Amino acid sequence: MKAKFLASAGIVAATAVALTGCSGGSGSGGGGGSEAASCTNTIVNAEAPQVTVWAWYPAFSEVVDQFNNANDDVQICWTNAGQGNDEYTKFSTSIESGSGAPDVIQLESEVLSSFTIRDALVDLTEFGANDVKADYAEGAWEDASSGDAVYAIPVDGGPMGMLYRQDLFDAAGIEVPTTWEEFEAAAKKLKESGDGAVIADFPTNGRAFNQALFAQAGSVPFEYDSANPQEIGIKVNDEGAKKVLEYWDGLVKDGLVATDDAFTADYNTKLVDGSYAVYLAAAWGPGYLQGLSDADPNAVWRAAPLPQWDAANPVQVNWGGSTFAVTEQAKDKELAAKVAMGIFGNEEGMNLGVDKGALFPSYAPVLESEAFANKEYEFFGGQQINKDVFLDAAAGYEGATFSPFQNYAYDQLTVEIYAMVQGEKDASQALDDLQASLEQYATEQGFTIK
Amino acid sequence: MATTTAPTSSHRAEAPSQVKHRPDRNYRRKQRWGWLFVAPFALIFLTFLILPLVYAFRMSLFTSTLATGNRFVGGDNYIKAFSDPIFLQGLGTVAKFALIMIPAQMLVALVAALVLDNLTTWASKFSRLMIFIPYAVPVVIGALMWGFLYSPRFGPASSIFGIFGLAAPEFLAQDNIFGSLVNIVTWQWAGYYMIIIYAALRGIDPGIYEAAVLDGASDRQIALRIKVPMISSSLVMVVIFALIGTLQFFTEPQVLRGVAQGAIPTSYTPNMYAFSLAFSYSQFNYASAISFALGIVVFVFSFFFLFLTRKQSGLK
Repeated sequence: MKAKFLASAGIVAATAVALTGCSGGSGSGGGGGSEAASCTNTIVNAEAPQVTVWAWYPAFSEVVDQFNNANDDVQICWTNAGQGNDEYTKFSTSIESGSGAPDVIQLESEVLSSFTIRDALVDLTEFGANDVKADYAEGAWEDASSGDAVYAIPVDGGPMGMLYRQDLFDAAGIEVPTTWEEFEAAAKKLKESGDGAVIADFPTNGRAFNQALFAQAGSVPFEYDSANPQEIGIKVNDEGAKKVLEYWDGLVKDGLVATDDAFTADYNTKLVDGSYAVYLAAAWGPGYLQGLSDADPNAVWRAAPLPQWDAANPVQVNWGGSTFAVTEQAKDKELAAKVAMGIFGNEEGMNLGVDKGALFPSYAPVLESEAFANKEYEFFGGQQINKDVFLDAAAGYEGATFSPFQNYAYDQLTVEIYAMVQGEKDASQALDDLQASLEQYATEQGFTIK
Repeated sequence: MATTTAPTSSHRAEAPSQVKHRPDRNYRRKQRWGWLFVAPFALIFLTFLILPLVYAFRMSLFTSTLATGNRFVGGDNYIKAFSDPIFLQGLGTVAKFALIMIPAQMLVALVAALVLDNLTTWASKFSRLMIFIPYAVPVVIGALMWGFLYSPRFGPASSIFGIFGLAAPEFLAQDNIFGSLVNIVTWQWAGYYMIIIYAALRGIDPGIYEAAVLDGASDRQIALRIKVPMISSSLVMVVIFALIGTLQFFTEPQVLRGVAQGAIPTSYTPNMYAFSLAFSYSQFNYASAISFALGIVVFVFSFFFLFLTRKQSGLK
């Protein structure tokens, strides 16, 4: 009896394993050996070598299919390993364990040096990256390189502009502000009109957003070159940063702007229901806005350039944007580099990204094309927002340098701005404290501070 | 003579008992079966708990900073941990949670159990289920749900307070986040502790209550003078569970941080600190040391609590 029972239990267990094993494999595209088991996409040419890619671009599956159909000698095996930090956490763990990383990975340009310092990315210059340099917007290329090395191929950018509610502006009798001074005046006027809306949100967890606003007034927070990885210059409390943060601190104290956390459900609703009259946004912002629910059906959205500190000398800044990098764990680095350069490095692929995924391309042939400039956006009442706003912003952007511990720096920035908004310290003190904590951290991590 | 014979005889007296303990074939066979039955658990226990623990401990003895390589430092990480103001501040936070949250949960659980123990109607079974249900909700889901309830926009607070013409409190603001977290945890765990206490109450011989009633004891006196002392060992167990859980506080603040990043920094509790060190800032070695340091603290606290309550828990 007992033996029989045990035997049948064993059979049940074995069947269960077999069944789950089966279901695990059924997601594959039906070809190309054991590796193919984890691909999200269908492999077109089973004979060709495969390159694994992690990416979270919207509508990326169509881009992958296009690539696989167009290439006989290489195939992309794509996985969506999460967006932003979710993906970085997995990548970081696989760097630590020495296995499990993909061959090609989507990374935002701001985190590139956080991974190059861990020797996780391949310098693409030896695989011909400099040959395609001319195909990319200058600022975006600058963000993807460090010194002479090129660690990634730019894909999309986030030049900043101002999306605003024309209907709310009209109701309060506000002209579109072109400088931050006018922006403050508009904020006061909107508040006095008394329909409860504020001009904008200043999130304490804005991270790259806050940093981009600082950069507009000339702030250069970090100096870093991966050719000399032990040395870093930190100046997060320079004049530019202080000027901008003091300005926003003033707006917060006067109740002219909200201080809601960004990217929460509350924030998303307030963006589109008329709580904020302005969304200071990157070029991916329009796509983000259109994806939100609970929108005010009568909203009239328009786009305008970001307000300036000095209207005579406009400064353009960038928020976000990402790239494709090749990891040190890639089995065939040359092939991986070819894929990194090839996915969006052609008009078919990039056009798909622009049309289906609302990407703002860094690839010059598309970026500089007539079609892109003249594209009319229904959401903005047919306005050609690229021509009016974002193309100028992208052309004027000169690139930025990020620290090799950018995530930590952003977390600390949030802590300090939150303390400021809570009235615990003023803007200048908040940035001085940030400077001190980053210097201490850098020293602890073995850096020499320039 | 007599002195020499005495030990010898006692030796002899022990000898047969040793023979008795020597495993015979039958016993050995039984033992083999025992190992076989334990094997699946032992294997998983070894692979997923003991080995990672050993590995993490080894990691905690090394240091690797962003700019320099990996090197052995022995106990340096532990010295650094116990003098790290962020870690100590996190310990202070969970200690404060322990002081407020554990009594709150205990009180709710004990009162509910005592009341339910006295009820004999259908309402008793129904209420027991209702109080227990929050425990059946996964912790992450519960915290997400409370995140929405606390939200000034989606939560009910603004409309409820609005009826009386008041402004709703900002549950996710820096000053209120502590209470908001206490509320979530109490909501979730009080039902579980209630069940433990209730089960213990059910185990008491009802004859004792009859005797107490004959002696003229009121319901309240029976509850406080008889029931509570008789279930003290269960109460001690509940406190130990709550204490260990609170010192390792992680899930609720981590989930709520999604909607209150300013009020809940990444180093709010020691466990959150270890998590962000490892997975956001790539300091796996120091994160391991922080985890073990937290383990030591949990052990010390639990040990002292058990020592202090050794009489109530029946350990002595």
